Amino acid sequence: MNKEILKKTQSLIALLILCLMISLLSDKFLTTNNLWNVLRQISVNVCISMGMTLVVLMAGIDLSVGSILAFSSAICAGLISHGIAIPAFDIYIGFTVLGGIMAAITVGTGLGLFNGWVITKFDLPPFVATLAMLTIARGGVMLYTQGIPISNLGSGFEFIGSGWILGIPVPVWISVIMVLAMVFITKKTVFGRYIYAIGGNEKASFLSGISIHKVKIAVYGIAGMMAAVAGILVTSRLNSAQPNAGLSYELDAIAAVVIGGTSLSGGVGTVSGTVIGAVIIGVLNNGLVLLNVSPFWQQVVKGLVILLAVIIDKRSKR
Amino acid sequence: MLEAINISKSFPGVKVLDKVNFLFYPGKVNAILGENGAGKSTLLKVLTGVYCDFEGQIRLHGENMQFKHIKDAQHAGIAIIHQELNLIPSLSITENLFLGRELHHSLGVLRTSEMESVARSLLRRVQLEKDPSTLVKNLKVGEQQLIEIAKALLANAGVILMDEPTSALSDSEIDNLHRIIQELKTEGKTIVYISHKMEELFRIADYYTVLRDGITVEAGEMKAVSEAHLIRKMVGREVVIRPKGQKCKESSTILKVANLHLQHPLVKAKNVLHDISFELKRGEILGFFGLMGAGRTELMECLFGMVPDRMSGMLAIDGKPCQFNSPKDAISQGLAFATEDRKMEGLVLGMDISSNISLTTLKVTELLNTDQERQFAQDYIRQLAIKTPSEDQFCNNLSGGNQQKVVLAKWLATKPQILILDEPTRGIDINAKSEIYELIQRLANSGKSIILVSSEIPEILALSDRILVMAEGRITAEFSAGEAREDDLLKYAI
Repeated sequence: MNKEILKKTQSLIALLILCLMISLLSDKFLTTNNLWNVLRQISVNVCISMGMTLVVLMAGIDLSVGSILAFSSAICAGLISHGIAIPAFDIYIGFTVLGGIMAAITVGTGLGLFNGWVITKFDLPPFVATLAMLTIARGGVMLYTQGIPISNLGSGFEFIGSGWILGIPVPVWISVIMVLAMVFITKKTVFGRYIYAIGGNEKASFLSGISIHKVKIAVYGIAGMMAAVAGILVTSRLNSAQPNAGLSYELDAIAAVVIGGTSLSGGVGTVSGTVIGAVIIGVLNNGLVLLNVSPFWQQVVKGLVILLAVIIDKRSKR
Repeated sequence: MLEAINISKSFPGVKVLDKVNFLFYPGKVNAILGENGAGKSTLLKVLTGVYCDFEGQIRLHGENMQFKHIKDAQHAGIAIIHQELNLIPSLSITENLFLGRELHHSLGVLRTSEMESVARSLLRRVQLEKDPSTLVKNLKVGEQQLIEIAKALLANAGVILMDEPTSALSDSEIDNLHRIIQELKTEGKTIVYISHKMEELFRIADYYTVLRDGITVEAGEMKAVSEAHLIRKMVGREVVIRPKGQKCKESSTILKVANLHLQHPLVKAKNVLHDISFELKRGEILGFFGLMGAGRTELMECLFGMVPDRMSGMLAIDGKPCQFNSPKDAISQGLAFATEDRKMEGLVLGMDISSNISLTTLKVTELLNTDQERQFAQDYIRQLAIKTPSEDQFCNNLSGGNQQKVVLAKWLATKPQILILDEPTRGIDINAKSEIYELIQRLANSGKSIILVSSEIPEILALSDRILVMAEGRITAEFSAGEAREDDLLKYAI
């Protein structure tokens, strides 16, 4: 029984030990300012890794989320700053902040659904299909922005990334809402149960009468949507859409999922685990900066931590 | 001489071997008899070093063996020929023979011609007239079996274990195999032979040991015993046969299949199933008998909407023609399909019992009601006597028999009219087996129609009201309950 509890909380314990170590080494870590800062930084990865958790639970993978983030970010910023103009017909459509956000989410979800459609329709490995989307969407960003950042988005939009509500940064609110939504999906809905079932045994799920294609397409759609939400956070925080936004964010998201104990072979894992995984990565990043570790070493350390986490997880499952 | 002394081996929740003792004589064919689930394959895995965490001793020529790994057993000269062959189809005969023990020069450059010539002489020994460069995928099953034997000869194995080597072979292939076994005997090799075919065992085996529920029941010389005696020892009791075929003769047809064809998955011009037509009546248990590869499972997959693109023909339920594009469609029309492979296709092993049972009945747009699911699961645990501490138990912790009951529960939950059971008792213990037999009969009595697919003749004979025999993708014979005899079934299955 004790062993069970230990297993369930081991990533939490690892996080606490990490916090303790950093706070002993740096007096700047445990300041309110820094902690809010960490949480705000983490919120982007939390959003992406929420979608990634569902995908990985289903024994899939989504490499395209970083690019989808950038694409949604560009769409969001582009529409808010200069709308859609078709000079040939003398048409101009302006977008409010909300309109831009809705458009970005629609586009992100659409790209995700397309991922799911390609994977199920042509029976492609998710790795390959989303790898293709990674370059397609990034190329789309470059085409749309011509490689130039889109700025001047107005002060109203900035609130999402930099504002506070009830003493808590808005991005933290948003990521908490996303986390709760995913917890609800995975724990309380039949759809969530199907995700676990497909990840655990796709063939048996199919034979049980589950429309596995529809579930898969929906899950990749959610992953795209979460990437779009993260894209809006990033855009608002910088008050600008960067063409190279979200570069290699998919790796951080996968790392969070894996550190959180979700099996890459599917069927096993939790949303809460992923949250802890994302926080571990965020705290680690922050701590290494506070300790003046060179950025090159930071990457090495991060990689080692991921390795360690997975090894521990694997051993504890024996 | 190979000896297994007081071998015990348990898995979580079930003791598969309980202090079993075996003596295998050199220069003889030693048969292991036992029903599915008796522990035969576990024993083989212990003898070949797959499982090393067992109690007891293995002695070869009086010497204690400690197999930590499959390689250790191979070095000691023990080779196994599995029921499912372990060859790589895309490689040639030579490459397969030498896999893992390639002959090479000092820099790792392969000595190809030398290997070819060794392969050639091995092929002569097993009387297979093929060029060693032939790809294994172009060989027939029987020929592939001979490659496995050649592999054992190449490894200079003194002990060769054969796990149901003839289950997929034709008559002439079986004769050929038996001839080779006779030769191996004269060379002093110890042959351990597992087969379900009694007639075959009486033909080639010298000694036998009967395994039942993980215990060695009896051992002796084949000459000294009768078939009936061995069957009694294997089963442990007389099989009860219910009165059959009476009431369902008059009842109405629920499923009608006409002119069903199924295309080969890769070769478009080839058919896997040819012109299958049959009817299933309400409350009937319809047995499908055939050897491995006869097309029985493929037929069931057609009925269950798993291969809509490749099949043609007519299906009608209650007289209404219908078409299933997915298992979902089939389920909605009252079909249920408990597949042959419960681990790969039946259960989500990493989920608990109640989630597995409810999987077939949940609607994707709904919220979960875990209390109701548990209640549901508890009902079935009671009804089917599933042995488990609770409905929260993960399915990978259950024994084969209990896993099978969970599979049945999940299909009963859909309230099916037609229940397709593909090898429902494969690899499960005797008790669970007889419970499942009773359940099947109870279901039929209550008006459900059962399609029973099995390769175990006693099972088919004991349960079916009517028996269809399949071979090479066709229905080759039909028997009603009383008139079917074991050798008739076999004759039409080959």
